[in-house]
Amino acid sequence: MSAADPLPTTRRFRVYRYKRGDPGWRFDPFEVPVGPRTTVLDALRWIQLHRDRTLALRHSCFHASCGTCGMQVNGREALACVTLADPLGSTITVEPLANIPVLTDLVVDMGQVFARFPDEIGTVRMSEKPSRASPPDGIDTYERFEDCIECGLCLSACPVSATSDAYVGPAALAAAQRLLEEPRGVDPERILDWAGDPAGAWRCHVAFECTEACPSNVRPAERIMALRGALAAGRRTVATVTPG
Amino acid sequence: MTRSAPRASRDAPHVLIVGGGGTGGALAHDLTLRGVRITLVERGEFTSGTTGRHHGLLHSGARYAVSDRESAIECIEENAILRSICPGSFEENDGLFVAITDEDMDYYDDFVEGCKACGIPIEELAPQEALRMEPLLNPGLKAAVRVPDATMDAMRMPLRFFATAKHRGATLYNFMEVLDLVIDGGAVTGATVRDLVTGSEGDLHADLVVNATGPWSEKIARMAGVDVPISPSPGVMLALRGRLCNMVINRMHRSGDGDIVVPQRGLSVVGTSSWTVEDPDELDVPEDHVARMREEGSKLIPAIAQAVSRAAWSAARPLIGAKDADSGRELSRTFKTIDHVEDGVEGFVTITGGKATTLRGMAELCGDVICRKLGIDRPCSTRSVTTLPHTAFYAETERRLA
Repeated sequence: MSAADPLPTTRRFRVYRYKRGDPGWRFDPFEVPVGPRTTVLDALRWIQLHRDRTLALRHSCFHASCGTCGMQVNGREALACVTLADPLGSTITVEPLANIPVLTDLVVDMGQVFARFPDEIGTVRMSEKPSRASPPDGIDTYERFEDCIECGLCLSACPVSATSDAYVGPAALAAAQRLLEEPRGVDPERILDWAGDPAGAWRCHVAFECTEACPSNVRPAERIMALRGALAAGRRTVATVTPG
Repeated sequence: MTRSAPRASRDAPHVLIVGGGGTGGALAHDLTLRGVRITLVERGEFTSGTTGRHHGLLHSGARYAVSDRESAIECIEENAILRSICPGSFEENDGLFVAITDEDMDYYDDFVEGCKACGIPIEELAPQEALRMEPLLNPGLKAAVRVPDATMDAMRMPLRFFATAKHRGATLYNFMEVLDLVIDGGAVTGATVRDLVTGSEGDLHADLVVNATGPWSEKIARMAGVDVPISPSPGVMLALRGRLCNMVINRMHRSGDGDIVVPQRGLSVVGTSSWTVEDPDELDVPEDHVARMREEGSKLIPAIAQAVSRAAWSAARPLIGAKDADSGRELSRTFKTIDHVEDGVEGFVTITGGKATTLRGMAELCGDVICRKLGIDRPCSTRSVTTLPHTAFYAETERRLA
């Protein structure tokens, strides 16, 4: 919150609470001062500092680059650091991501997310040295780090993941498609075998909720459709794998 | 490789590190390699304090080549080491120092000479050459110098040190808040902690406690009745949508506000300002600082004036120096290890200052001090040990307080 902001108004936050060993979860209410630039993350940190030091949540970069502060805000997946509180109404409900086990409060077990990715995934794309003679091709749209920030929002939003733990989910499939587009020494056949598994690309129901939720423009649903195209071209249709 | 390395034996000396930023993670890595048993506690998520919030610059050292050569030399040495032990964590995008005004040009000779004196490899570019490489630069630029800066992921690079330490047997607790230090006969012998996952409280005991809490180190030191000369010095950063440059773009002048643009994924991060605060937990994001980032940044890349904002935030640097410094700019960027035996307290060491680029080097020097205190005769080996990828950090089930 900035000193230059107009006087804050008070909002009611309902925050999901759970400590290991508790019989169940509950919502705790907090009245929080909110200005026009206050983010949901700012508000939760205000609660931590001024109301309840035992509230646990994940955050790191504060600018939608690390992917740690993913949560459900009023029932929608969001990165708390770039979600303004002001337009969210008088009562703001904050819950952990869905479809990922909760460790405590707003903290989910990201190990369960990373376990879904193919082993070959690295995060940062190696980049060529810029040439003195000419600008890198496509400088205006250049992206060097992988777009995916491993935040888990797509997994939380996915209706198939909500009903089946067996599905690897959108982020992992999007990562596999990136490897097909830019193999970096990885055998594309191995990636196709992985993606063609019954837990893989064919299990998607094409709801596109993942693309809707993605804060980093990865468009997982489109990547899954591209994967299906590659699988079909290699005759790896759902009929060739054993139903799981 | 690292996974099969021997783990610290049960009777090895036990060090408790307070603080899960880059410094604590690198120190855990350094000491596990020397056979020390490590427990690390962090009150929030790892890298949630200052580490994860920085702009993501791997310094070449050129920023400090005129005013702070000690820092500049540290940076260029660590720049090369980190690229080698954290492969894939850096873009090979390099950086440019760009002179816009006649005043900037007055700085040019000192800058070039400073870089050469510090061993920072540079390439002097004519304005047209710089514009060919970075078409969105201010077309009125007068000169540019290419330096080995790079973009890193501010969270995932340090997380590799945590991952490697964890796989060697270090016990790393996030969401574990230190409530007090345990003091016995003039020595710090542990910490009273609260586990935010279970809600339980208890004492963790160790042969030595390290305060690696960056801008919070004064708060922790006070629990042992000692003082550390730290000035929490926040800076504002502004992330804009769109990757407006490929290289890291720096203004060629003495340090000032809004003089760097770090491209990061599909964003361009403009930094930074500098002031000092008492409490690093209460950081404002002053509107006038955000406006200044945009105004100064647009002198480097005019498109910044119209770019859509993604986020604006503050991060507190842990600068060493007098608490009455005005802006923090005059304080050294280098780091310091304090053995509080000089304050009459045994078993307690503070490591503070520094920056993400020098996290390994900080850990090496602090590790030397700690090993001397513990009577361990094993040299640092982190210069040549390749760290595990950040994903390895999540590959093991975490442990919690019983």
